[in-house]
Amino acid sequence: MEFIGGKFLQVVIALAAFAAIIGLIMLLVDRAPKSAKDKVTIVGFLAPAAILMLVGLVYPALQTSLLAFTDAKGQPNGVDNFVWMFTQPEALATLRNTVIWTVLVPLLATGFGLAYAVFIDKARGERVLKALVFMPMAISFVGAGIIWKLVYDYRGPGIEQTGVINYLRVALGMDPKQFLLDAPENTIFLIIVMVWIQTGFAMVILSAAIKGVPVELVEAARLDGANPWQQFRNVTVPGIRGALVVVLTTITIATLKVFDIVRTMTAGNYDTSVVANEMYTQAFRAGEPGRGAALALILFLLVLPIVVYNARVLRQQREIR
Amino acid sequence: MKNRKYLLPVAATGALALSLTACGPSGGGGGQATGVDCAAYESYGKLDGKTVSVYASIVDTEATSLETTFAPFEECTGATIKYEGSKEFETQIGVRAKAGNAPDIAIFPQPGLLTDQATAGNLKPAPKAVSDLVDKNWSADWKKYGTVDGTFYAAPMLANVKGYIWYAPKTFKDNGWEVPKTWDEMMTLTKKIADDGAMKPWCAGFEAGEATGWPGTDWVEDVVLRAQGPEVYDQWVSHQIPFNDPKIVDAMNKTGEILLNPKYVNGGFGDVRSILTTGYAQAGQPVLDGQCAMHHQASFQAANWPEGTVVAPEGDVWAFMAPPIDASKGKAINGGGEMVGAYKDTPEVQAVLAYMASADFANTRVKLGGAVSANKGLDPANAQSELDKQSIALLQDPDTVFRFDGSDLMPGAVGSNSFWKGIVAWVNGTPAKQVADSVENSWPKS
Repeated sequence: MEFIGGKFLQVVIALAAFAAIIGLIMLLVDRAPKSAKDKVTIVGFLAPAAILMLVGLVYPALQTSLLAFTDAKGQPNGVDNFVWMFTQPEALATLRNTVIWTVLVPLLATGFGLAYAVFIDKARGERVLKALVFMPMAISFVGAGIIWKLVYDYRGPGIEQTGVINYLRVALGMDPKQFLLDAPENTIFLIIVMVWIQTGFAMVILSAAIKGVPVELVEAARLDGANPWQQFRNVTVPGIRGALVVVLTTITIATLKVFDIVRTMTAGNYDTSVVANEMYTQAFRAGEPGRGAALALILFLLVLPIVVYNARVLRQQREIR
Repeated sequence: MKNRKYLLPVAATGALALSLTACGPSGGGGGQATGVDCAAYESYGKLDGKTVSVYASIVDTEATSLETTFAPFEECTGATIKYEGSKEFETQIGVRAKAGNAPDIAIFPQPGLLTDQATAGNLKPAPKAVSDLVDKNWSADWKKYGTVDGTFYAAPMLANVKGYIWYAPKTFKDNGWEVPKTWDEMMTLTKKIADDGAMKPWCAGFEAGEATGWPGTDWVEDVVLRAQGPEVYDQWVSHQIPFNDPKIVDAMNKTGEILLNPKYVNGGFGDVRSILTTGYAQAGQPVLDGQCAMHHQASFQAANWPEGTVVAPEGDVWAFMAPPIDASKGKAINGGGEMVGAYKDTPEVQAVLAYMASADFANTRVKLGGAVSANKGLDPANAQSELDKQSIALLQDPDTVFRFDGSDLMPGAVGSNSFWKGIVAWVNGTPAKQVADSVENSWPKS
């Protein structure tokens, strides 16, 4: 109780201090001489955010970039970490897996989400059907990893199966299978988990976008004799292009950063590691912060173009409207 | 709502009142340990009002036991020991030291971590009093684990014994099996059990989340120590011989005679590879169900059995030490332990260090159960279980050669990464030589 009370008091004091500082800035800005008021206002209101950005984002980013060129003892070692990344078989497998993930997950999740959204559109019980697919979104990646690990669980032939899939396989007269141990298909079995989570996200956004397509356009297409596929292809898809880009890029970024699923299900063993997982392993477990930072840098470079593309498409959309 | 504008201040006052009551005096605190003879604690001096912070990876009931062990010291000297346990200790201690937020005292579960902190210049060398106590109470091997580049930094605290082989005495008795005294006898017994066909001789499980594979490193270390002797073991751990030296690959293959033989493993779980997907804490259960005969795991396995399991020579389960392979290499055992290092050298910190290195500390802690120490001043009568008694006897036996868990001594890049991963790849089908080559490649160049 004393502990909780202490923490609570700290929060109250911190909030009060924050409010006081903001109040002080506002007061000073207000008191500024008329001639310089505009400049003071801009500086006064931008400075706190800019300083926090510098301390919390820019400085760590620069530090990580520098760290990427040092060895385990903190001595500069040139591009050794990057050489390691592109020559060691383990590190290469990590990069290869990340590519497989980023290609498959956005396509599958968006594809399934779109198909589902179209099929249940205006169907009876649409809300319930939506909720069913959306529910996995509410589960954390770690939770999903644990659930699916149990689904994939294995016991030898002749021993009672504990995993759902192997139970069904045995019931159908097949041999149980070690889903997570055989590369490269084990990566696919991990990808299924991510698709399972992300399909709900894609479905909800796309369903909302489909409802935003003007009814007149759909009516006109129907009157012109377009069949459902042509309606979908020529009216619905162009109508939701913006939403599709957002969904695809958001899922791609989430997939590039995937960490929890791999970590809980295989810990990167059996050739399933991905960049984010390897980054953590190298930096915090192997005591090679330089290698971890180098991987983080690569991850940043991979995410960057997608974020830029996303921002550009959004801006274009706004201009059209 | 006419009077809505009153709502906010009222709510704020309410919240404030709540927060104020929440931080009132908590009362009590630090139960009085009655009947403590303070005479033994006089040498530590009067430390009234002084606070020493201790940080370690020990949590839950073990943390409570540790705090109880500090109680008489606190009562007699007047000092306060602020203990903090965290499962993130291994990563956090480095972060905290770097951030200038180091604890006064840290209890390191891995000598490798201690070495990192000492070489980074964060730790203070141990005071003379502690050094003298360690010379008196521990073997030279143990002192070495707290020594970095010739400077002695940390006294050992508690110990655990690895390499136990767990079995159900009743199963052995019913089948007329004898506890093997040599490795060859153990292999003969293994073959006999497999040929009988009633159960698999062994069950094993290496799954441990991100640390998957570590129980396998224990297996290999046991075999290296018993087959090649302590000298080769030391050379291997300190990288004076490469990881892929033929002696080590031989040891791996010798371990593989059991672990990679589908006839010998994996009772109750499936094929050889099911070792990788079986959690290390559950892996031993089939011993109780009669689905396998033996299970290799450290002394802490005693806590992994289901509640109510009697751990005793005539009980539900009991353990024998993995037998020697080459009698000429002596009676060697493998184990782990904690090292107590300090980030400050104030008098109160030095007093706490001296207390933790003393026989009083070892006796008080062991009396609470679930722990042993290699401290020679420890009275075996204080052991709370048959297993603790056996472990203490092994640790105090002058014939016993003790070696610290090898993966804990190797650099982090190997000991807590590539060695684990190598074991996983090995059980998953990669040949021992190839695994050893890849671990050797990952050894940090310096």
